Amino acid sequence: MTDTDKTIEIEVLRYRPEQDKEPVWQSYDVPFSNDMSVLQGLQYIKDYIDGTVSFRWSCRMAICGSCGMMINREPKLSCKTFLREYYPGKLRVEALAHFPIERDLVVEVRDFISKLEGIKPYIIPREPRTLEQGEYLQTPTQRDRYEQFSSCINCMLCYAACPQYGLNSEFTGPGVLALLHRYNEDSRDGARADRMQIVNAEEGVWGCTLVGYCSEVCPKQVDPAAAVNQNKINSTMDYFLRFLFPKGGASK
Amino acid sequence: MNTRKQYVRPMDGWWLKNPFYVRYMIRESTSVFVGIYAFVLLAGLLSLASGEAAYNDWMAAMTNPLVILFHVVALAAAIYHAITWFAVAPKVMPPLLTGKKRVSDKTITIFHYVIAIVLYLVMLGIAWKV
Amino acid sequence: MMAKRSNEPIFWSLFGAGGVIVAFILPVIIFITGLAVPLGMLPPEVMAYDRIHAFAANWIGKLFILVVISLTLWHAMHRIFLSLHDLGINWGRTFFRWLCYGIALLGTLTPLFLLIRI
Repeated sequence: MTDTDKTIEIEVLRYRPEQDKEPVWQSYDVPFSNDMSVLQGLQYIKDYIDGTVSFRWSCRMAICGSCGMMINREPKLSCKTFLREYYPGKLRVEALAHFPIERDLVVEVRDFISKLEGIKPYIIPREPRTLEQGEYLQTPTQRDRYEQFSSCINCMLCYAACPQYGLNSEFTGPGVLALLHRYNEDSRDGARADRMQIVNAEEGVWGCTLVGYCSEVCPKQVDPAAAVNQNKINSTMDYFLRFLFPKGGASK
Repeated sequence: MNTRKQYVRPMDGWWLKNPFYVRYMIRESTSVFVGIYAFVLLAGLLSLASGEAAYNDWMAAMTNPLVILFHVVALAAAIYHAITWFAVAPKVMPPLLTGKKRVSDKTITIFHYVIAIVLYLVMLGIAWKV
Repeated sequence: MMAKRSNEPIFWSLFGAGGVIVAFILPVIIFITGLAVPLGMLPPEVMAYDRIHAFAANWIGKLFILVVISLTLWHAMHRIFLSLHDLGINWGRTFFRWLCYGIALLGTLTPLFLLIRI
């Protein structure tokens, strides 16, 4: 359902490796209505104007993390960003920053995935319980310590925001470190000492200079900047106190 | 046939492309002026150790208009540093709990401002009372 | 696969301590020494030789002066070193590291030496 005469210009950074040497901007005029998301705008382009435009999407409701892209130079989820925020001006849509462009708005995510796998993003029980022993119990206060960090939907907007990741992709990065923190702070988990090796490295928390843009763009208010920088404290304590507490480090 | 060829975008001029990054670079640049000021103080200390005549020369040099201009900039830099420092301080601290409730980031920042302003007034008071 | 432990905690701690000094103490010190006294907003007696010398002769004064100069420099040089990377200057990391922290070290030993003698 669109207002008949209103249109908005969406300029997409195209890149088709089989025909383009470099990315090139291509403009489309899309019918505008107040309730349309940028994702819907892209879907209109693909359905009615140019079927060759490639982009990722899935849930349309800001929970799957698939549709991250740069909208007027800001990392956003296209399903959670609305054309009305830009109308009548034009939108420039580009693939998520700091990642290699595979095609059009699709980026290579392998680096993020392998880093995520590397932090052991699952609970390794501190005190394993058998099925017969029943559930792992946790108070609301204990859950509060990690809950916000568990909201991460792996959308990688924080990586697009982080200039340190853009300058050096060896940096573990905000999202992965926030998830690392999520597991370390979970009272059921016992693998903190293991994960500290990642934290303590140059490419761990020490790659961060607290630009803070990651927390600004996070669609789920995870606050990765807080996760990374709290771990600078943990890493520092671990560094100086390791000689007093040789086994497992001093943190917590 | 493999037609894949990933494109890596350059990072040149990255910080000019977003106002958030510009503010970050300004924040980082405050360290240059603050660092130079530390050397101004060091020069003062050196003159202090060299006797009254040398010290008074340093005091006179501090009245040079260009030197005063530098200090205006240095003061602005130190204040901008303080503002940005207090804004991010909550991110470096583990969650603080009062009873069951968590102290908000905003509260922590305001607390920093209160302490800073009290400290500034005390120091100014000491200087003025003399 | 064990990544090498970074030595950043040392410099980050000094950076943090210096940042606290710059935020809480430097604004007033810059104002008094750089503007208020030179412009006559405060009488010159505030920074007269005898007063400041007496302050520096006292161990509290020595500590104050040393902390303000030294920690400010550890803060500033750390930030400047990291900013080189932000500006795309990736060459000479080891050289710049030694230069930046060397300046901070110089800015610590020099006041220490001077203050011991006052």
